[in-house]
Amino acid sequence: MTATTTTEPALLEVEDLVKYFGSVIALTGISATVRAGGVTCVLGDNGAGKSTLIKILSGVFRPDRGSYRIDGEPVQFSSPRDALDRGIATVYQDLAMIPLMSVWRNFFLGSEPTKGVGPLRRFDVASARKIVRAELAGMGIDIRDPDQPVGTLSGGERQSVAIARAVYFGARVLILDEPTSALGVKQAGVVLRYVAQARDRGLGVVFITHNPHHAYPVGDRFLVLNRGQSLGDFAKSDISREELTRLMAGGAELDQLAHELDRLGTAAPGPEPAPAG
Amino acid sequence: MTSAAPPVDERVAEISRLRRILVRPELGSVVGAIVVFAFFATQSGVFRSLDGVAIWLDPASTLGIMAVVIALLMIGGEFDLSAGVMTATTGLVVMILATEYGWNIWAAIFASLVVALLIGAFNGVMVVKTGLPSFIVTLSTFLMLQGLNLGVTKAITGTVQVSGLARAPGYDAAKSLLAGTFSLFGVQFRVAILWWIAVAAVATWVLMRTKIGNWIFAVGGNALAARSVGVPAAGTKVGLFMVTAGAAWLVGTINAVRFTSVQANIGIGQELIYIVAAVIGGCLLTGGYGSAIGASIGALVFGMAANGIVFAGWDADWFKLFLGAMLLLAVLTNNLIRRYAEEARR
Repeated sequence: MTATTTTEPALLEVEDLVKYFGSVIALTGISATVRAGGVTCVLGDNGAGKSTLIKILSGVFRPDRGSYRIDGEPVQFSSPRDALDRGIATVYQDLAMIPLMSVWRNFFLGSEPTKGVGPLRRFDVASARKIVRAELAGMGIDIRDPDQPVGTLSGGERQSVAIARAVYFGARVLILDEPTSALGVKQAGVVLRYVAQARDRGLGVVFITHNPHHAYPVGDRFLVLNRGQSLGDFAKSDISREELTRLMAGGAELDQLAHELDRLGTAAPGPEPAPAG
Repeated sequence: MTSAAPPVDERVAEISRLRRILVRPELGSVVGAIVVFAFFATQSGVFRSLDGVAIWLDPASTLGIMAVVIALLMIGGEFDLSAGVMTATTGLVVMILATEYGWNIWAAIFASLVVALLIGAFNGVMVVKTGLPSFIVTLSTFLMLQGLNLGVTKAITGTVQVSGLARAPGYDAAKSLLAGTFSLFGVQFRVAILWWIAVAAVATWVLMRTKIGNWIFAVGGNALAARSVGVPAAGTKVGLFMVTAGAAWLVGTINAVRFTSVQANIGIGQELIYIVAAVIGGCLLTGGYGSAIGASIGALVFGMAANGIVFAGWDADWFKLFLGAMLLLAVLTNNLIRRYAEEARR
């Protein structure tokens, strides 16, 4: 599945990105690539710089240094709209949808289909409804009623609709900001399935998460961030799930912690049974 | 993949149909309007007669025009406290240019529109650029306009009132268009009622059937999220402030032409009445939800109650008590409806 041997330029590529906020170095020396039909996972704990990275990728921030290339061509985005126009769609964790608006209104928000001319140009509501129903069904998303407010959808359904929207609007790169972090196991599985669907349709996916167990099954490449710096960029064949988890959790620190916990356990032999519940 | 749904799902679909009716933002105002009408109709024969209807539709019309655009603005997540005073500003511009400087009334009306749009653009740009709550920005506009209205009027005319518009060139045509009457079933209705219906119809069409309407809901629901999918959030908000100012121009001009004189201190306090009407019509104070038709019905409730109390032979002072109670009831209902609409089903 990892087609990393192609010679054509990567769909999206960043090199040596640096971003400051005043005197704070938010990111430094970050490089990553995303290929069509590949999933690049960006992992890191809170404050690692994941959000800064995706905001640069999606055109919200400009990097202070470093290069950003699409199809090998350097780009500079001044707004998320610019990034969208180049086929880079971002699905934010909490900003994906507007809760009080219906599914079909959300789906077409910002890119409404219109019909009619001049002052009678209007939102083509009938075809919008039809397209939403067809697109969601095509990705295997079962929405009871496209007229229901998005607020009545579950978290997983919301993310799935947002992904379907990005795919429909011809996104070539899909950036997913923690799509599974607020979800239960089953819901997260549903979202991961749509991530895989998008990948199989030939999109490049950037999947931001702090959960290696969500990243590993679906990812091809893993970029691990810590305190604004890269701890490494691995192909799936170069790293096991255990190593990824260990790296994520701070490697040596985790060993130390495990050791300490272990000692605590053995230091109190023959303990009273812990109170149930 | 519309595979055969289990019977349980069919029941869910039934509930969601009921839910769809219940979450209509206009629902509360329609119920309110029916109750208010029924109540005063039993109290007073004049109230339910066609002449009575023409009387209580009159104050509802100008209020309705403003309530509709304030509803759009509130759906877009902003307030405009300067809207009431702006109806005086626009009226005064027409009056002063047409009476003191001898302009043709149409030229004066056009100049007044330009002034209104500039004020609206100022409000909008200030809100968008500073990120301050529109409550504060338009409160300062409200105070500044209030001062300007009095100061400029006094400086030019020496009094706090401008009158004599009937002598301005072109007045008769302007009167028939803006402040005339039309006959229906043998009863004279004010032309402003037609303006109100037109504004409400256009606003509803824009809101429900154009992409700008979609943007208005979106910037009020979550401006950041809207921006991130490419909605021009700042432009939408500035546009809404300008539309509000444009409606204030329409109402200010209608009043000026109708009464042929304008007091420099009118309009103060009206801005709150507009907001009340919009809220009775189902607008959430937090934005992102509401209806132009609802706001119209809110204005209707207001007009019926204001006149109904008089027709019923009560002291008009009771009106404010009624209004306050109505507002409280509306806010509580809206909150309930919103919770129902937003409630996640897992």
